Amino acid sequence: MKLHRSSGHLTLAIALLALPFIIDALFGHGWVRIADFALLYIMLALGLNIVVGYAGLLDLGYIAFFAVGAYTYALLGSPQFGLHWPMYVVLPLGALVACGFGVLLGAPTLKLRGDYLAIVTLGFGEIIRIFLNNLNAPVNITNGPQGISAIDPLQIGGFSFSSSYEWMGLRVDDVHLHYYLFLGFTLLVIFVSRRLEDSRIGRAWVAIREDEVAASAMGINTRNIKLLAFAMGATFGGISGGLFAGFQGFVSPESFSLMESIMVLCMVVLGGMGNVGGVVLGGVLLVALPELFRNAAGPVQQMLLGKVVVDPESLRMLMFGLALILVMLWRPAGIWPSTQRRREFAADDGVLRQEQETVYDASK
Amino acid sequence: MTQASDRLLDLNSVGKHFGGVIALADVSLHIRQSEIYGLIGPNGAGKTTLFNVVTGLYQLDSGSFQFAGQSYTRCKPHLLAQAGIARTFQNIRLFANMSALENIMVGRHLRTRTGIWGALTRNAAARAEERATVQRARELLEYVGITCAHQTLAKHLSYGEQRRLEIARALATEPKLLALDEPAAGMNATETVALKALLQKIRASGVTVLLIEHDVKLIMGLCDRVAVLDYGKKIAEGVPEEVRRDPAVIAAYLGGETTTSNLSPLPQAGEG
Repeated sequence: MKLHRSSGHLTLAIALLALPFIIDALFGHGWVRIADFALLYIMLALGLNIVVGYAGLLDLGYIAFFAVGAYTYALLGSPQFGLHWPMYVVLPLGALVACGFGVLLGAPTLKLRGDYLAIVTLGFGEIIRIFLNNLNAPVNITNGPQGISAIDPLQIGGFSFSSSYEWMGLRVDDVHLHYYLFLGFTLLVIFVSRRLEDSRIGRAWVAIREDEVAASAMGINTRNIKLLAFAMGATFGGISGGLFAGFQGFVSPESFSLMESIMVLCMVVLGGMGNVGGVVLGGVLLVALPELFRNAAGPVQQMLLGKVVVDPESLRMLMFGLALILVMLWRPAGIWPSTQRRREFAADDGVLRQEQETVYDASK
Repeated sequence: MTQASDRLLDLNSVGKHFGGVIALADVSLHIRQSEIYGLIGPNGAGKTTLFNVVTGLYQLDSGSFQFAGQSYTRCKPHLLAQAGIARTFQNIRLFANMSALENIMVGRHLRTRTGIWGALTRNAAARAEERATVQRARELLEYVGITCAHQTLAKHLSYGEQRRLEIARALATEPKLLALDEPAAGMNATETVALKALLQKIRASGVTVLLIEHDVKLIMGLCDRVAVLDYGKKIAEGVPEEVRRDPAVIAAYLGGETTTSNLSPLPQAGEG
């Protein structure tokens, strides 16, 4: 059994290591780049999963922490201020700053729940973006809507992830190297998520999601535990943001719009709230599928109808919306829900569900 | 009069109002160590409000209360839980989508320490604590007599089991005072008998029990002392038999004159 499991892990590890080369060979360079982005989004979605999936706090401004991480990296590692701090300083610093913002933005929302919390976090997300957009006057900090360019590439010592290397006849490009770097961080984030989930703290998060009043009556300091969820989620977002800035070499406020927050939330909900595997799957699907549509919609129409009738770009969003609706109808708990959520949605229908709702939703 | 030292909970002229509605007016109660203290009264008399004040869900408007020698006027629920007051709810408030075992494990939160570092590294201390938590949760499930699979979701338990799971979860916090809000509501006769035995067992283990209940038979057979609330005021207090004959109590329940002395004033067992 143990042997079986470890051999399974080994297979997975080899598959993950070989993946960029397989993608490169089959679909080309562009798709390896998309895989890199998928990993960044997975990190984001896992961060949001702590806030939304575990603690049940609906955060619609989550992309703000991605922005904070990205801008921290950009400001400290670009010609903007002439600072070129090394990656191993800037990345953790970005995570820390994002963590700080997580607490800062989380604190005023502690008494809010559900819809109200969603609206306030949405507002905070927009505030951060608008600040970034306007902090170019009177003192130019963020360079406003133009954004910050020529950001230092991700590098450790003399080793840059943005160069190509030849290694035993194998050509390893920047997209491959970034893939491995991001994969490492993603695995770290997965590890942290899973360890926290199955711990005293993870249980406290779920307890707050289930019934905050009962949780506090059982001695859980709901304020601290909620702030911890915001802080952890924001930290993951900050790491992802820093990597994003280094990878792109350019950041501007428009990368951090409300649509991005919604996208990350969709990954969490669609994949399977509260389940690390589901969230990863959601991240992969929601990055890959739209790209697939973008590339395939034109040729397919050409082939079937002889001409391109609908613009692939608009068709992409249409299909995306349709997919979202279908998944929510057929698998309301997500494509790959946690066992808990699956049980939650299964078993009770009709009368039974009604009964339970009256038992549990009765206010005190 | 009891000595201050053997009093566990002292309410001194506690008042609470919601807008113009006076939920509690000048209520004083003194609950002794290791007794079962019943709180009865017609619907809307302020019993649950009193519970919510004592467990920190509401902040009181006047007066104060002492628990285990410590004075509280305004306090957070988790700090009162820390101090040793645990409760159950009138409308069961379990963590519905957590398993029976996990529900109790959450109750252990207060008495365990593993933080982020322990959770991430799973060092020896964290693993030992987690094992002890699971062990204690299993014991408590057995203690309250829940025999179903430990992984069953709380919401899939039977009604009586849910009530008992709530008690187990409260006991997991190692309380000095266990406050039960209508624990027998919705239970059948057999379940009520089992509940009575359980509460006696809990008292015997040294935990003081404060009980809101409508089941008069249960109150009479179980409580050492009873207080009656009506319109937010304490109208009687004493041993159950005395209280039962108290004219003010009869008036409160029947809403009229206090002439029919041999008519039992309180709703009979099984009605609640």
